[in-house]
Amino acid sequence: MLNYFANPRRFMKLTGYLLPWMAGLTILMIGVGGYLALFNSPPDYQQGETVRIMYVHVPSAWMAMFCYTTLAISAAVGLIWKHPVADLAARATAPVGACFTFLALLTGALWGKPMWGTWWVWDARLTSVLILFFLYLGYMALNSAFDDPGRGAKASAILAIVGFVNVPIIKSSVDWWNTLHQPASIIRMDGPTIHGDMLWPLLLMIGGFSTYFGWVLMLRMRAELIAGRARARRQLQAER
Amino acid sequence: MNGFRAILVRDLRLALRQGMDSIMVVVFFVIAVVLFPLGVGPEPNILARMAPGVIWVAALLSVLLSLDRLFQADFEDGSLELMALGPAPLEIVVLAKVLAHWLVTGLPLIIAAPVLAVLMNMPADGFALLILALLLGTPALNLIGALGAGLILGARRGGVLLALLILPLFIPVLIFGVGAIEAAIGGFPARAPLLLLGALLAGALALCPWGTASGLRQALE
Repeated sequence: MLNYFANPRRFMKLTGYLLPWMAGLTILMIGVGGYLALFNSPPDYQQGETVRIMYVHVPSAWMAMFCYTTLAISAAVGLIWKHPVADLAARATAPVGACFTFLALLTGALWGKPMWGTWWVWDARLTSVLILFFLYLGYMALNSAFDDPGRGAKASAILAIVGFVNVPIIKSSVDWWNTLHQPASIIRMDGPTIHGDMLWPLLLMIGGFSTYFGWVLMLRMRAELIAGRARARRQLQAER
Repeated sequence: MNGFRAILVRDLRLALRQGMDSIMVVVFFVIAVVLFPLGVGPEPNILARMAPGVIWVAALLSVLLSLDRLFQADFEDGSLELMALGPAPLEIVVLAKVLAHWLVTGLPLIIAAPVLAVLMNMPADGFALLILALLLGTPALNLIGALGAGLILGARRGGVLLALLILPLFIPVLIFGVGAIEAAIGGFPARAPLLLLGALLAGALALCPWGTASGLRQALE
């Protein structure tokens, strides 16, 4: 399975099939979910219309953690099996994850101002997500800090794996500490505590954000593979 | 065990013969803390309120500043390569180097800290906890920092990069370190934050040498 995808040509072929599907699913789910979220879902009885920020905030926060998990797993696979496509996936994931993290922080601040009366509080959930953002930045900086790209990939892979300790901390921060941020309301032992009219658009948005990530990840990886091929061809021509 | 002792003794001897290095770290620590009364004004109540946090942040930055010397010199003159080829596992080498580094740069910080606490007008209830928290926290900082120092060997702009990589990982130590002191000053039991600091140290002691060693191996490839 791992070796099967280590072949860049096979990877290009497979992602060539998958790309249009991912793009279509993304547009469909974000389109329908966005419409339901913005126009066709009830305002919250306490928060009023600001609750609609949640339909962007929650999916971005989920994706911020999902991307970091992807990053850490691909980094580990790249480090352990010297898997070239996994290294590529890790490098391509980082900027996307950083953007999702920034989006989660930004929408959280925009929601916090009218609801909590402040843009930012130093509670455990917000702080740990901010650390996640710094970890993404550190990963990208370390990845590009070496003249030899292979060394950069390995060094940053170790950092990504070490930084993974932060992900469970983010997940449990609302349970371990008494935070201003509300605790989980979708994945719970006793079922979601959100009403269906709000749950469906949220789930659609989460699905759409996930396929968007898959789409952009494939695009970025394909672009890097093609860029590498172009570089090799230029070198070949220069040698002639 | 022989290799551990040999490297520990060698590093300590090297540090003692060029004593300036460890003094510089303490001097930086003192100056960084002294800047705060000058910056926010000498109001005793404000200083007392800020003291634990300021001392911890300054200690964090001092550790960060001292880290680039941990492997850099040995990497440049090739002795790190010899250590990697030697019979002792690289993880043991890392542990010995970190211990020596802590004895040379970490202990002086802990000795200087109570003096700074007096300067910052910190309530006397917190003094014992300050020393205890620093004793648990600074070795953990050194272990985590060694990981970053190993990863950036041979990188461009290593110093700034090290700060970006390591400071986010230092945050838990900072939170619980300050938490222990503030609990003691406020009259609450400081047991929980101290236990968490100890857990951080134990975790770092168990995991960081492996990561550091694999980072060093890549640097030496």
